[in-house]
Amino acid sequence: MVLYSVYIINKAGSLIYNYDNVIPRTEVEKTFSYPLEMVLREEERLTVAYGERDGIKIGYAVIAINGETVTNRKMPDGTQALAYLQNPDNYPLNIRFGKPKLSINEKITLASTFHSMFAIACKLSPVSNSSGIEVLETGTFRLWCYQTLTGIKFVVITDQHQSGIQPLLRKIYEIYTDYALKNPFYSLDMPIRLELFDLNLKGVLEAAEKNQQYNANIPNSTI
Amino acid sequence: MAIYDFYIFNREGTCLYYIQWNGKKQPSSSAVEHNCKLMYGLLYSLKSFVSRISPTDGKDQFASYRTNKYKLNYYETPSGLKFIMNTDLSVGNIRDIMKTIYRKIYVEYIVKNPFADLSKPVSSELFISKLDTFIKELPFFNPKP
Repeated sequence: MVLYSVYIINKAGSLIYNYDNVIPRTEVEKTFSYPLEMVLREEERLTVAYGERDGIKIGYAVIAINGETVTNRKMPDGTQALAYLQNPDNYPLNIRFGKPKLSINEKITLASTFHSMFAIACKLSPVSNSSGIEVLETGTFRLWCYQTLTGIKFVVITDQHQSGIQPLLRKIYEIYTDYALKNPFYSLDMPIRLELFDLNLKGVLEAAEKNQQYNANIPNSTI
Repeated sequence: MAIYDFYIFNREGTCLYYIQWNGKKQPSSSAVEHNCKLMYGLLYSLKSFVSRISPTDGKDQFASYRTNKYKLNYYETPSGLKFIMNTDLSVGNIRDIMKTIYRKIYVEYIVKNPFADLSKPVSSELFISKLDTFIKELPFFNPKP
């Protein structure tokens, strides 16, 4: 089983913890000659808007040009990357494309979006007394969410064939109570920056991956 | 095993069709309209959310979500037509059934109808009755006793 990431959302909807366990790095590096066959769009990053080819898909961002990392759409020497790419004198050049990694701001936005969608799913229920979204299935991944009685959401993203993640979610809740809530220096609903919590969470995820199917009966755990 | 309701939205967000089975009471038309808007908004956000949070690239099609009481199944055609079916939790993957509804019922009785306006809610009686028959014949459709 592949567990991609863990998110913890507090009762107000803000992200208080994020851990990316596995990030499938998909990077393609190719040499290009003028003119560039792909249409690039300038948003937060230079992303491919049209012209999918050779493994470079729509949504991929320009990571590096000629080995130099592109940050904020600028080359290391300060020139705009898009302008550099539009100048025929600079060709042939080597561009590395890849799926852009989510920035922390994006993750915070996504967590809040999920928090609202969770509540709307509850409202739109055709039957009364429904909870919010517990499992969200797509073609390539599954998102599991466990909402505690206090309103904290534990969100885990796994591959699409994974089932039975509930015990793992309960175990993560247990780690949260043991190493975050019981910590006298931790304030409720604040971002979690605790070493022991990180350590134990990683341990739990590793154990889960080893066992393939998490067993909630751990010695010394109290229900 | 039960189907609760069924929505069809077009690319602009207009609710083309809505029907509810096994309902305790029929909601008022303003409540239905409100629900339709909420549903479309939810789906739009969900699609965008899924494409951004996806750890892998490629076609990340949102397919369904489950709560503790119901399951929302979603099918979108390449033309932007959205089919939503709310069922109970025992239903498995009904993507093929939604595809059949699109191909054998929607395309046959709405798209091929020269008088049908595709941007307005469905008014074809034939479509409604064919859809009803099809849904009632599904193995997991179980009207409330």
